[in-house]
Amino acid sequence: MSTVSATLKTAPAGNASALLLVLKLRTFIALIAVTLFFALMAPNFVSVANAVIISKHVAINAILAIGMTYVILTGGIDLSVGSIVGLTGMVAGGLLVHGIPLPMLGVIVYPNVIEVVLISLLVGTAIGAINGLLVTKLGVAPFIATLGTLYVARGAALLLSGGATFSNLVGRPELENQGFPVIGSGTVLGVPVSVIILIIMALVAAYVAQRTPFGRKVYAVGGNERAAALSGVRVDRVKIAVYMISGFCAAVVGLIVSSQLVASHPASGNTFELNAIAAAVLGGTSLSGGRGLIGGTIIGAFVIGVLSDGLVMMGVSEFWQMVIKGLVIIAAVVLDQLQRRLAANTRQG
Amino acid sequence: MSGIVLSARNITKAFPGTVALQDVDFDVHAGAVNVLIGENGAGKSTLMKILAGVERPTLGSLTMEGEPVSFSSIRDAAGKGIGIVFQELNLCPNLSVTENIFLGRDITRAGFHIDRAAQKRRAAELVAKLEHDIDPDALVGDLMIGEQQIVEIAKALAEDARVLIMDEPTSALSASEVEVLFKVIGELKRAGVAIIYISHRLEELIRIGDHFTVLRDGRLAASAPRSEVSIPWIIEKMLGAGEVVAKRPPAAPPGPPLLEVQNLTLPRRGQGLAVDDVSVSFRPGEITAIYGLLGAGRTELFESLYGLRSGATGSVRLGGEELAGRSVNRRMKAGLLLVPEDRQRDGLLQNLSVGGNLGIASMGRFTRFFSISRAAETPLLSQVISQLHIKTAGPDAPITSLSGGNQQKVVIGKSLLTQPRVLLLDEPSRGIDIGAKAEVFSTMRDLADQGLAIVYTTSDLKETHAVADRILVMAYGRITADLRAEEASDEALVRASTHKIDEPELA
Ligand SMILES: Nc1ncnc2c1ncn2[C@@H]1O[C@H](COP(=O)(O)OP(=O)(O)OP(=O)(O)O)[C@@H](O)[C@H]1O
Ligand SMILES: [Mg+2]
Repeated sequence: MSTVSATLKTAPAGNASALLLVLKLRTFIALIAVTLFFALMAPNFVSVANAVIISKHVAINAILAIGMTYVILTGGIDLSVGSIVGLTGMVAGGLLVHGIPLPMLGVIVYPNVIEVVLISLLVGTAIGAINGLLVTKLGVAPFIATLGTLYVARGAALLLSGGATFSNLVGRPELENQGFPVIGSGTVLGVPVSVIILIIMALVAAYVAQRTPFGRKVYAVGGNERAAALSGVRVDRVKIAVYMISGFCAAVVGLIVSSQLVASHPASGNTFELNAIAAAVLGGTSLSGGRGLIGGTIIGAFVIGVLSDGLVMMGVSEFWQMVIKGLVIIAAVVLDQLQRRLAANTRQG
Repeated sequence: MSGIVLSARNITKAFPGTVALQDVDFDVHAGAVNVLIGENGAGKSTLMKILAGVERPTLGSLTMEGEPVSFSSIRDAAGKGIGIVFQELNLCPNLSVTENIFLGRDITRAGFHIDRAAQKRRAAELVAKLEHDIDPDALVGDLMIGEQQIVEIAKALAEDARVLIMDEPTSALSASEVEVLFKVIGELKRAGVAIIYISHRLEELIRIGDHFTVLRDGRLAASAPRSEVSIPWIIEKMLGAGEVVAKRPPAAPPGPPLLEVQNLTLPRRGQGLAVDDVSVSFRPGEITAIYGLLGAGRTELFESLYGLRSGATGSVRLGGEELAGRSVNRRMKAGLLLVPEDRQRDGLLQNLSVGGNLGIASMGRFTRFFSISRAAETPLLSQVISQLHIKTAGPDAPITSLSGGNQQKVVIGKSLLTQPRVLLLDEPSRGIDIGAKAEVFSTMRDLADQGLAIVYTTSDLKETHAVADRILVMAYGRITADLRAEEASDEALVRASTHKIDEPELA
């Protein structure tokens, strides 16, 4: 008969379950509410052009948040994704502009765009693997391990160019490495390529999480690691895999960002990890692991994206934007707790 | 059909600080129930973990059907046909019943697409085989502990193992559920499966065991076929001497009612009542047993009294003070204390030492100014450790190094340190051996004689008589009998425990 539940208890059962449904769908409702709000308040908010811009912004955060969700589902966290975005962008930029010099042969090899993409993805995934190995084999807490790689990867990105930007990443015909900007700026039937990448990745990620043995194991590790291990789940492998997924997602974003700007800057991706965590949490992912859905995360990323762009269009100052974003995140977590208590209550009677 | 499938020779297992097993031989007969008995900490679970690939022996060898084997992991052992139901429940609370049953060995199409329909069907079959109607889609975290144990058993059955280890599978099951399990064990036996069965309930063992092995202090004490075994034999081999537990009468007649409960009601999810209008009172100096079947509402009654169930209505007065609506903390301060049923989950802090766990609820007693005084703490802790005969290297040993039964004693010890006036013990004897049980019961009597009101639940008829002065029976959320221990016959108790009052079907 604690105070919070006492007030809930007085509501008839029908109301309680309706309230529960509203709370369950809260992120989705929030998305609709935020969109309606800006549609009314901000001129030109509802337009195809704006929808394209917002979805391109959202794609970047949402792709990172997909990887982040996997990591959080196992009870971990990945703070290094922002730095991986910067580093993989620099790797791609460096390969396009300077190629791979092979001094003993006296030649410089210029990989084509496909190869550049594959190498960058490999770098991101490898950093993820290092995170995973640190967490599992060396027993470093995920927060610390990925905080370390956050610094290392950012430093490496700066070292690659001595802090300078690789610009004009269009490639050269004689080197046969043109076409890189398509990733960030191309469209298919009017839909930006980056948004198509997001849609594919989200579908695959949701499928893997819900319908494959691997996904099941991810949830199991987050729910009760020991039980998972005793059920024959190779916990270490699952954990290494989720950090690799997160590193891969970050590399995809690194490519998209540098392609969009047609330049790679070593500082790009700074603090992206916070937005990714925010999207996952807004979408209902529990930071203690074992609970959350890819779909929720995507909606969470849209809430953040619509909110940011809408506030900009309304001319709200950047400072207020931060305050509002913070409040929304706190509100999300409070509602999450409320939902859980209510669910527990209806369960007990 | 009764060849030896698996045998262990000269097994020794050393942990830092303890030798859990020393030079133990163990044979597992096919198509038979191989019983393993021993006191808490005798090394039973350790031996089973070695057979199931969870732990590796320090010395010794395993042979399976004549071939030497060594299991590198639990997967490896499972691949060779060894399944295990662990003593502690090992389930993921965030996954459904089906998902838990198939965790680590999902039924897939094309190797990656989980066939949910097939899994659900199979899960429902397994649960039905155990004569239960647990929803395969229910979250395991929402199930009662007895239901979780059913899931754990279903999980092991799903493997079609050739050797099936059951480490205290019935500790949270009621008599009728045990019957069903025995039926299933009988079927498995006929199919040639070798079953290894561990339990502290001796009558159970005598009924179903074919081969008996007794461990004492990590060594093989005896091993014999059923025909040579009797309960006195087991007790003698286990303890080293024939020990009988005599019931002690109360030192003084009970006082006036201390805890008074009126019209306590707790609705159940969906419809119906988990606790149905219970009015009862408990007196200091008196030990009351609450007997009932799984799901009778005993745990719910305790949790409502203790303030853990927010849906509960009615009056709970302790020494005249109204507790309804008060927080758990306030109820504790008033002198009410609950020792929960699921001690692994609710009772222990895995990251603290034995001493840290014992002292956690009563730190005020040995805090001097702002810091915990070791000088004040140590004697109290040592006293509880010896009072309950907790088998541990000392207060600084990690709690995880204790055997299952000894961990349970720590939880009971923890509550004793808070000096309660009313002690509610939910299944206090679950998973502890007869020696420890006698100690716990004797401690309960001591506490009652010191003026506490003691209330405990049990699903074991013999335990109702072992210590109680008064026996209540619960069924379908109601109290269906309230008897003096002398006048409570087994027959009367069982009849009352299945007694339905007007209420139709409570799921
Ligand atoms: N991981 C471990 N580290 C240190 N000691 C351990 C460990 N596991 C078990 N032990 C010790 O080994 C001994 C045997 O423990 P085990 O769990 O096998 O007992 P058990 O016979 O199953 O007892 P119970 O009936 O209480 O379950 C105990 O003294 C225990 O403290
Ligand atoms: Mg054990």
